[in-house]
Amino acid sequence: MENNNLTIKLKVWRQENAGAKGKFVDYTIDDVNPDMSFLEMLDELNEELIKKDDLPIEFDNDCREGICGMCGMVINGTAHGPKSGTTTCEVRMRQFKDGETILIEPWRARPFPVIKDLVVDRSAFDRIMVAGGYIDVKTGSAPDAHTVLVPKENADLAMDMAACIGCGACVAACPNASASLFVGAKVSQFALLPQGQPEATKRVEAMVAQMDEEGFGACSNHGECEAVCPKNISILAIARMRREYWKASVH
Amino acid sequence: MKLDSKIPGGPLAEKWDKHKFDMKVVNPKNKRKFTVLVVGTGLAGASAAASMAELGYHVKSFCIQDSPRRAHSIGAQGGINAAKNYPNDGDSIWRLFYDTIKGGDYRSREANVYRLAQVSNNIIDQTVAQGVPYQREYGGLLANRSFGGALVSRTFYARGQTGQQLLLGAYSALMAQVHSGMVEILPRREMVELVMINDQARGIIVRNLINGEFERYVGDAVVLATGGYAQVYFLSTNAMNSNASAIWRAHKKGALFGNPCYVQIHPTCIPRSGDYQSKLTLMSESLRNDGRVWVPKKKGDKRPPNEIPEDERDYYLERKYPTFGNMVPRDVASRNAKMVCDEGRGVGKTGLAVYLDFRDAIKEFGREVIEEKYGNLFEMYKMITDEDGYQVPMRIYPAPHYTMGGLWVDYNLMSTIPGLHVIGEANFSDHGANRLGASALMQGLADGYFVLPYTIGNYLGGTKLEKVSTDHEAFKEAEAEAKAKYDKLLSIKGSKTVKEFHQEIGSIMWNYVGMSRNAEGLKKALEEIPRLREEFWQNVKIAGSEDSLNKNLEFAGRVADYLEFGELMAQDALHREESCGGHFREEHQTEEGEALRDDENFTYVAAWEFKGLGKKWELHKEPLEFENVTLTQRSYK
Repeated sequence: MENNNLTIKLKVWRQENAGAKGKFVDYTIDDVNPDMSFLEMLDELNEELIKKDDLPIEFDNDCREGICGMCGMVINGTAHGPKSGTTTCEVRMRQFKDGETILIEPWRARPFPVIKDLVVDRSAFDRIMVAGGYIDVKTGSAPDAHTVLVPKENADLAMDMAACIGCGACVAACPNASASLFVGAKVSQFALLPQGQPEATKRVEAMVAQMDEEGFGACSNHGECEAVCPKNISILAIARMRREYWKASVH
Repeated sequence: MKLDSKIPGGPLAEKWDKHKFDMKVVNPKNKRKFTVLVVGTGLAGASAAASMAELGYHVKSFCIQDSPRRAHSIGAQGGINAAKNYPNDGDSIWRLFYDTIKGGDYRSREANVYRLAQVSNNIIDQTVAQGVPYQREYGGLLANRSFGGALVSRTFYARGQTGQQLLLGAYSALMAQVHSGMVEILPRREMVELVMINDQARGIIVRNLINGEFERYVGDAVVLATGGYAQVYFLSTNAMNSNASAIWRAHKKGALFGNPCYVQIHPTCIPRSGDYQSKLTLMSESLRNDGRVWVPKKKGDKRPPNEIPEDERDYYLERKYPTFGNMVPRDVASRNAKMVCDEGRGVGKTGLAVYLDFRDAIKEFGREVIEEKYGNLFEMYKMITDEDGYQVPMRIYPAPHYTMGGLWVDYNLMSTIPGLHVIGEANFSDHGANRLGASALMQGLADGYFVLPYTIGNYLGGTKLEKVSTDHEAFKEAEAEAKAKYDKLLSIKGSKTVKEFHQEIGSIMWNYVGMSRNAEGLKKALEEIPRLREEFWQNVKIAGSEDSLNKNLEFAGRVADYLEFGELMAQDALHREESCGGHFREEHQTEEGEALRDDENFTYVAAWEFKGLGKKWELHKEPLEFENVTLTQRSYK
């Protein structure tokens, strides 16, 4: 049978822990099946490293189907790799050429400190959510689901925004390390729904304040976030967040 | 040990209400004196933690990922069932109850399932209020679709990401409680031991996955919401970090394990393509609403699918089950796919796949409609296989997906260890021998939002709990025990990797304790698993050290547990001399190849007690009593 397998050269960021100085390390991996996922290629490399008594490359991943938001690497300078609308785990080796060198780095942003190798700490996102990323509705207190109608158009737009998986690619791609797309998506989801109205003012103010406190930068409309977002969340999210923020300030 | 299911008396429809009234209620002022430890932040864990905190309990919430939002409930695609009857097609709480009991092949408790159907409607109300963007009709009302095993449309959905949206709803409720100071989130922690004091569950030992340190947490009750054990097969649709270790630790401390052999093999997964593969990807069974399943009539027909004429195709589900057609329950669909592949009529390179064809649906409704319904699934399929499902039929094959078995719990969701509650997929309770589509989300959220918050009060309010701290001798012992395991793993320095062992146990389980089982194969598994386990403890090779982030070591701990747990699964499958739901014993089938139950001898829950490794587990039986439905041969014809 024809063998289309690839030889791939890797330059991978290795960093022992948060305090250590990191560096790029070169690896070559042969016989890469083009149907493999990018993470499976790294699995294979890690198996080789383990067998050679080297330390495997640490990287976060979980569902491997693009929905949990746990994986994330900068591949050849682009968060989540070459293809738009995909997570790192959805990248396939057929997207690379035989003999190609691939540069792999962690998310780089001050609010996402490196824990080890390609693993970063994104708990800042959770803290932003704690600040106000919810509708306060205690269990058991909800009215019948059909009490409040939601126009389909708004429900669909809210769903577009709610698709955010919290992976942090938007931050990694932004020259200012802004979390505006992440925050904007959540603010927009609730702003588009009648259920989100009562707390709208408080929510946008609290989430934006927490975003600032975590050290994320401001948005200056580069649009890099939208370009790398694996869920194709539109930068309109940020426009809506700003509108909500202004509305709140004149409230 | 006497199993007491604590099912309340009285008529089925009144049991839960009566029980809610009979249970002890903790005075609101006293609630804050209690701390509950909740392990896992999926639909069940997050909803339970949030709801208990709202009531006033202090909650510590643990998860293995970097954030509670990542739990694998997020992967659920298709939808969530509820008996709202919005489409006016004759649904009711009774019908949802009946379909679920029948779908589970009459191997679940009537009272539990009825309660599940009762609270299903509250879940929809609750999640809509949380801002879950369900699919809507143009008039602004909620949309429904149908799922396998039902003839009514009762499934609510948010595109193909219903699990994600419901999980984010529960996560946001949890975050609101973090905000109010009632919940403390402890991410990147893996539970490695359960701590028992005075025969009550009073704490856990977790390993901090960043620095490797063992940490002790004390509470008045422990809740395990740690999901299922399908990763025992190595290749499954579960997430990489999904594992059985928390429930297995509890089992070894005395919690009985219910029906471990009941595993769901999901019919619509993307077939495997090579040895490098790390996981299998599921596509929602909602695809079967419009996709038609077929294989060529001829064996070994290698023509491209679009060149095979209509009269040479076998739409075998439509042919064999005219009433339900492509919408038969998962166990039936999976088994039939295996059967046609075993006959040599499978398609694709490996011959281990069947077609799921949208040609006719596209012709009838137009590509746009299909795209709106399933667009993300077609994209996912394209990404993985490099094929366009709109142009050529998709190839699908069954894969391990969900486990109906789990720790045995009573009606209050408490295990046989006082204080240890188990919710969601981690318990055995509501799905019998087969779970219907869109019922996992329903059960996880029912347990977490609407059952446990009541029943835990009954336990806390009615139990004498000694004041203890993490300095207690039991914590020291449990920590030492956990640490010893990891020390030992690292000291072996053998030559075979953790992944290789995982693949081996996975292939034993898939071959002998998979979709179709027989006594000979199961006996073989029972010989091979202990042998492999012994080899593991002599020859496993693990990288790195204990005192830093080390995923290889984490996996080693989990694989070590599968090498014990797999044996119990095989033992349960061997003992159950009948076929029911996901458990198909080749020796027990009808002439047409359908599952043949033995109601006279096996209408019970098999709850297994751990007696020490190398010894047989002891079987305890909880008889299943059916007062409201009649057991029949499950037919979808």
